Amino acid sequence: MRLGVRIKLGARRMAILTSAVLALAACEREERSTRVDPPVAAALDAVAVMPNGIGGRPPEVHAALGKPYRSNAYQLSQGKQLYEWFGCQSCHADGQGGSGPSLIDGWWEYGPDLVSIYVSIRDGRPHGMPSFRNRLTNDQIWQLAGYIQVLGAYSADTAAPSRSDRPQTRPAENRAPATMAPH
Amino acid sequence: MSSDARPRGLRDHQLDDAAGAEALERTWRTPSGWRGFFTTVDHKIIGRRYIVTAFIFLALGGILGLVMRLQLAWPEARYLDPDLYNQIFTMHGSNMMFLFAVPVMEAMGVYLVPLMVGTRNIAFPRLNAFSYWIYLAGGLLLWISFALGMAPDVGWFAYVPLSGPQYGAGKRADIWAQMITFTELSALAVAVEIVVTVLKQRAPGMSLDRMPLFVWTMLVTAFVIILAMPAIMIASTSLILDRLVGTHFFNPAEGGDVLLWQHLFWFFGHPEVYIIFLPAVGMISTILATFSRRPVFGYEPMVLALVGTALLAFGLWVHHMFTTGLPRVAEGFFTASSMAIAVPSGLQIFCWIVTLWYGRPVYRTPLLYVLAFFFTFIIGGMTGVMVASVPLDTQLHDTYFVVAHFHYVLIGGAVFPLLGAVHYWFPKITGRMPSERLGRWSVALTFIGFNLTFFPMHLLGLQGMTRRIYTYQAEMGWGGLNLFVSLSALVLAAGFLVFFVNLGRAARHGEPAGDNPWGAPTLEWATASPPPPYNFAMIPVVRSAHPLWDDEEVLPVASGLRVDRRELLVTRVTDARPEARESSPRNSIWPFWSAVATTIMLISSIFTPWAVVWGAVPIAIALTFWFWPRGMPEEES
Amino acid sequence: MATRRLPPLALLACASATGCSGWQSALDARGSGSRALEALFWPVTAALALVWLAVMLVLAAALLRRRRPVPAQAARRSEIAVWAATLATVLVITVLTVASHLTTRHISRAAADPLVIQVRGYQWWWQVTYPDSDGTGAVVTANEIHLPVGRQVRLELSSADVIHSFWVPSLTGKQDMIPGRDNQLTFVAETPGILRGQCAEFCGLQHAHMALLMVVEPPAEFEAWLAAQRQEAAPPAGPMLRDGQRIFEQRPCGACHRVRGTAAAGEIGPDLTHFASRGTLAAGVLPMTRGAIAAWIADPQTIKPGNNMPLVPLAPDELQAVSAWLASLR
Repeated sequence: MRLGVRIKLGARRMAILTSAVLALAACEREERSTRVDPPVAAALDAVAVMPNGIGGRPPEVHAALGKPYRSNAYQLSQGKQLYEWFGCQSCHADGQGGSGPSLIDGWWEYGPDLVSIYVSIRDGRPHGMPSFRNRLTNDQIWQLAGYIQVLGAYSADTAAPSRSDRPQTRPAENRAPATMAPH
Repeated sequence: MSSDARPRGLRDHQLDDAAGAEALERTWRTPSGWRGFFTTVDHKIIGRRYIVTAFIFLALGGILGLVMRLQLAWPEARYLDPDLYNQIFTMHGSNMMFLFAVPVMEAMGVYLVPLMVGTRNIAFPRLNAFSYWIYLAGGLLLWISFALGMAPDVGWFAYVPLSGPQYGAGKRADIWAQMITFTELSALAVAVEIVVTVLKQRAPGMSLDRMPLFVWTMLVTAFVIILAMPAIMIASTSLILDRLVGTHFFNPAEGGDVLLWQHLFWFFGHPEVYIIFLPAVGMISTILATFSRRPVFGYEPMVLALVGTALLAFGLWVHHMFTTGLPRVAEGFFTASSMAIAVPSGLQIFCWIVTLWYGRPVYRTPLLYVLAFFFTFIIGGMTGVMVASVPLDTQLHDTYFVVAHFHYVLIGGAVFPLLGAVHYWFPKITGRMPSERLGRWSVALTFIGFNLTFFPMHLLGLQGMTRRIYTYQAEMGWGGLNLFVSLSALVLAAGFLVFFVNLGRAARHGEPAGDNPWGAPTLEWATASPPPPYNFAMIPVVRSAHPLWDDEEVLPVASGLRVDRRELLVTRVTDARPEARESSPRNSIWPFWSAVATTIMLISSIFTPWAVVWGAVPIAIALTFWFWPRGMPEEES
Repeated sequence: MATRRLPPLALLACASATGCSGWQSALDARGSGSRALEALFWPVTAALALVWLAVMLVLAAALLRRRRPVPAQAARRSEIAVWAATLATVLVITVLTVASHLTTRHISRAAADPLVIQVRGYQWWWQVTYPDSDGTGAVVTANEIHLPVGRQVRLELSSADVIHSFWVPSLTGKQDMIPGRDNQLTFVAETPGILRGQCAEFCGLQHAHMALLMVVEPPAEFEAWLAAQRQEAAPPAGPMLRDGQRIFEQRPCGACHRVRGTAAAGEIGPDLTHFASRGTLAAGVLPMTRGAIAAWIADPQTIKPGNNMPLVPLAPDELQAVSAWLASLR
């Protein structure tokens, strides 16, 4: 990356300058950070939740990282992988819902914000949503939460993952709104 | 042809030489400054620009190669993380194939073909300008994405499913696929121009059997491009559709097939090797003839071998897929066809050696590059026969043996002749001679550096070192050879550096070259160096395959073209008998704006499919202005 | 990583063989396939080297010969020479085509009752399954394949995600593992020893670190190994190992890895039931020592960046217990 910047500065300074703003956004969007420092990972759990369990404040470190779990393509696709690997489909299907509620109908039992989704996965919810605290690490829960939020988004997001390489039951995540199904 | 005087328009035979040249200069010249920069349609200016841009991409890609060699010099090195390494090798491959090798060969054609066939500009000159801008945009797209840390990381052949929607996170693979669209668009445009220029604009008397071999190779290459490039455009577009709108071309679970990608890619990818190699064949033939003071032996066999290579090139793409589990019959067929291509290549080499045998070789830099070609390319050809054999390929495929093989074929087979050709035509392009001393240094350094860098890679491959690994463990025992390879790469880089320094200095301080410094036989040497905007004051008439050798004193010329507007002579496909005078387009800014509009549409379509719809509007507007008629009737004569 | 060394076992095998370059080399044949390929490789290489040399000599002669006036029959002589050389080219490539066809036929000759092993490629490790042939249960392991010497083996190759390519050069040529397709590879391992293989098709971030070991052993040892692998993991001996197992089951480890005989039943990562019986961990990255196990668990993303093993935060004593328990899974 850094080398690339140097080359560009040498050869195409103009192009770089004009796209400097784009650069910041893109770097974050496409970066693949595969390792979270253990203290950061621990701090990622410091969400302040409202007493009713709906909504709250994300940990400060989340903003400091550049909110990767909502806008970074790599983190989102990791979240998508976790969705399949950790059996979310057994209750929520591909988002349409089954024994668990739908994730793509625009209705969020505990609010649509990232913190609520994080807390739902981490601690579980009444009526059958299990806690994943002991099955996923903090950053994995954030990855999964970010993916689930994209899954149910009502406006198309360029950072969303696309379809899977398996039989399709619903439109791809990057085609929003994902569904208008009644519930 | 000569005196067909009509009252309308000023013809060249009505003026004396000086006045004619002045009138032609007025009609054909490119205005100076920014306006001229963006509006020119002169094939020489655009060709020069193409060549310079391609060599800049070569240098950038070479730097990436050195960075990779730094990482691989020691086991377990940590200069690059795997993500960056993957981006770098993908950039290196894509850059060298799509932004350097194919464009530079076409660029040589864009510059030289009109001069060699004796016409005043390339056919469809505005399309030519457009193709350059599109090519530049594709290159910038790739390199800017690299600077932003979002370069493709899926290898230069971007196999699905790794590049597909599920495993290729983000926009990286889309950028790769769209870069393909840019470069293929420009390549197709140039191919069409070259076909028409060669078939319809040859100087009177230059029948097909008097065409210089370089022109033949560009013609055949152009046809190969026209037949091969659509496959990759279909493939890359299908990939974008899979990723962006959820189609299933490459999804086996929904009836797609991941091997479909490999077939489509290599149906283009193998002919692409010949798209790069065939022009080099033309360059070698040209240089050999000039420096052995003798026509290349076997004009007809050479042309037949060219056409044979081009046809066979479409019948052996599967040899890139020998380890995918093919039926035995297919393996047998593609082994045979892959080996068969050694026959036309061999035939050409034998003809060249015979040419040297009876010639009187003059050892100038271009010829030395051709000799370097013989040494290295034939090794590449031999290893090519090895990887063409299915059983051997199961051991060699995707190892450093293959890396060594294709660098031998591409650098030995195409880049050495290209460097020789740039040396050879440099006096024509700039009017100044490059230094012979530095030229010899560059030959020696590139030749030695190349062989020391790439020959050990054969051994590494046999020792089990696979391609595209960002590091390896010390226990593998590859450390010593890799360090040797990395150090040798510095020698190779020094050779290229000397080459660039030589030409850079010569462009400013070189000795004036004169019209024909090498005593070459072809038409481009019949005009001034550098050629005037109108190429030839009078269109030459050709009476043999080597007009400047056979018509020693004065070249006969045809006259009758108007000098107060851009006119060319259109001749018959086979025997080049004059058919008509045709006007050639004037300078225009609209190819540039069309390219800008196309770029906006193509890049936006990475992010939303609707860009194809709204992006079409500015393109339509720009094209409308581009083709707006000027109300000047065509003349026939 | 200072800890990255060959497993001692492999070192031994390697040193006793023809030298260390051999353990992943196409030129050190230990199997039927690679022996046939080596037998083809050398004559082909020699023939092609001769052709190259001949062309170079003629070229040198053409350049160095004394210049005389071109004789009248030059054109005719040249013509004969060119056509003769072309004919020779045709002959050489015909022979080579036939030779490679015969080799292919020879390699893929199948025996009646091969040992079937399923190998499935994952990003970036190999799952190895010995199917249940006689009702005693299938054996699932990872990154290490044990083979009986002298018996024909059929590997059934598949992929769980992207294209991988199975390549153990000392045994036979490579074969791609392609999603949606079933490929197979048949060969006989001829001498006992430990061989290394590596993924040959670029498969993403950790393509470089996707290796496996092939352990070729006498049939009796192989059967014993297979029988041992069928067992469930031994119950932990001592409080520390018990703690290790409990932590493994309760923390995220057990969600991805299976250890038969415990509550850990994940199916995402490699099966760890007899983890410590293997020569390497993390698909050939580290040797199987207790220290390496701890290092791997403590920071998998620094050792193999981008792999799918998360950094699970464990206290030092927890890490010690887990690595001790894993090291006891023989």
